[in-house]
Amino acid sequence: MSRIATVFDRLRQQNRKALIPFITAGDPDPTMTVPLMHELVKAGADIIELGVPFSDPMADGPTIQRSSERALKHHVGLKDVLAMVAEFRKSDMSTPVVLMGYANPVEAMGYGKFAAKAKECGVDGVLTVDYPPEECAEWVEHLRQQELDAIFLLSPTTPQTRIEQVAEMAQGYVYYVSLKGVTGASHLDLSEVASKLSQLRSHISIPIGVGFGIRDGATAKAVAGLADAVVVGSRIIEEIEKSPRTEMLANVAYLVKGLRSAIDEVSGKH
Amino acid sequence: MKVYDLPDKRGHFGPYGGVFVAETLIAALEELRSQYEHYRSDADFQAEFAYELKHYVGRPTPIYHAKRWSALLGGAQILLKREDLNHTGAHKINNTIGQALLAKRMGKPRVIAETGAGQHGVASATVAARYGMECVVYMGSEDVKRQATNVYRMKLLGATVVPVESGSRTLKDALNEAMRDWVTNVENTFYIIGTVAGPHPYPMMVRDFQAIIGREAKVQMQEEYGRQPDALIACVGGGSNAIGLFYPYIDDSTVRMIGVEAAGHGIESGQHAATLMTGRPGVLHGNRTYLIQDEDGQIIETHSISAGLDYPGVGPEHAWLKDSNRAEYVGITDTEALAAFHTLCRYEGIMPALESSHALAYAAKLAPTLDKDKLLLVNLSGRGDKDMATVAQASGITF
Repeated sequence: MSRIATVFDRLRQQNRKALIPFITAGDPDPTMTVPLMHELVKAGADIIELGVPFSDPMADGPTIQRSSERALKHHVGLKDVLAMVAEFRKSDMSTPVVLMGYANPVEAMGYGKFAAKAKECGVDGVLTVDYPPEECAEWVEHLRQQELDAIFLLSPTTPQTRIEQVAEMAQGYVYYVSLKGVTGASHLDLSEVASKLSQLRSHISIPIGVGFGIRDGATAKAVAGLADAVVVGSRIIEEIEKSPRTEMLANVAYLVKGLRSAIDEVSGKH
Repeated sequence: MKVYDLPDKRGHFGPYGGVFVAETLIAALEELRSQYEHYRSDADFQAEFAYELKHYVGRPTPIYHAKRWSALLGGAQILLKREDLNHTGAHKINNTIGQALLAKRMGKPRVIAETGAGQHGVASATVAARYGMECVVYMGSEDVKRQATNVYRMKLLGATVVPVESGSRTLKDALNEAMRDWVTNVENTFYIIGTVAGPHPYPMMVRDFQAIIGREAKVQMQEEYGRQPDALIACVGGGSNAIGLFYPYIDDSTVRMIGVEAAGHGIESGQHAATLMTGRPGVLHGNRTYLIQDEDGQIIETHSISAGLDYPGVGPEHAWLKDSNRAEYVGITDTEALAAFHTLCRYEGIMPALESSHALAYAAKLAPTLDKDKLLLVNLSGRGDKDMATVAQASGITF
């Protein structure tokens, strides 16, 4: 069984929900990424989404774009990100790592080379934001050959037919974007999330993670009550951004522990 | 002979084009695609578009024989398609009228646009005023500084100009920001893209609206010269004026098509915007096309004296025309473009936009190598008043 499936299996048995924090590789600089990843795991992360820096992150809001810009100042490219995952794997063989990024860096590296390298470095899944299912059959085939999960986004505006299409291609988990807009946006309409999730569940058998707009324990807990996983990105990046270097790991850990215990309050209620 | 019929249903020109966007944008693009599909063959829509082009824009634009300049060059005859004579001074308005009419029919009271030099922003603000729509224009803060006159022009037309502080603070960042606005406000907002790039249906739709240039030229050439030109020459940034001229000629293989990219300080300097000449295929801004990128697939900042050509991508249809060898793509440096700018001013009393000056400069290179009975049709895509400060600065003059 894949690492991602193993995690969701264990959580289901424990009647708990997954916490999936997102950080950008190389933010604030390349030396901090692996320590941050380990800290996230210690603080209660079940899966890590690791952002691949890109010069033009169109689907992200200003917070994640700034994290990308900080990483790019250090010239962190896809091969550096893969090396970071390999480094992380030296002391953590169980926590799944999902790369999240844009199409162009993987196109520049080449599908086959990327998929082989990613597998070798210990990557578990890949979410390519600007590859909708219609445009990425060949890409997904390369990922499958290396037993990497292809993770897809679904949004409040995704119609029925596309949900079915994504259901066929998606592996690992699907990522439901709980807001119209970009990452880091505010207000979250929980009743809308609830009704959309029940629609998704009638087609999608793998776990559903919800992200975009989760900023604190209260929203994390509310989302955990509806979804299989809670994805938190911009809020963590903000913590990295405002923390002095010496306090960064501790501040991020404190934030993630808070999210973890809020999410675990939901355990046993279903 | 197979009739050119690209793009396919999902917007592909061979391997290029397509829809490479996050799931959050898919529904909006699908709505736009199906609505445009409908109005594309709607007689009322096309009649209103034609009426506006005639009465508001001032079309058709003439083809002018630049006799003194041709004589000076001593070779082929240079003909100019005078898009500079359009209302607002460039070809951009052909497209913004079309998209604004579509926005109106789709019931979107708010339009947004991205702009580099400000030309597409001005063209969008103009049509928003004309049709009574709210207009927000995203512009890199560097460009806001460089193009103060156009910023004020947009404000006079009632638009809100939002300076974008992210990335390199230029056109591509403005485009990213406009996309974000659109994702967030898609219910009441229509995004007017200014060039033949972006996700399907934009490259096709913008081409269709700009193709009036080539359709007019075909008729005018036949009427006035009894034949079609030997070559078409147009500058290519995103490539909308070039596609507008080329498209109706694609099936006529006797007509050469030459796209002129900005070679900036020279291709070898690395400071240029010659995407098709030097780039590699990749994915940016919703489509697969040639891109100026580094080894890691990061987009590199480009340079051109002409802000309208200063873009690291290019329309996917140009990528296809290049690969299929139907069109040729060449480069012209800042210096060569400036020389053509000055020559056209002095010999023909026409001040061309710096973008168009790239096409003129290539015509000036090509004409002397050809016989005097050859005809080169150059798209004079815009007028150069907007560039006076840049030209003065390049000549060491301060006002």
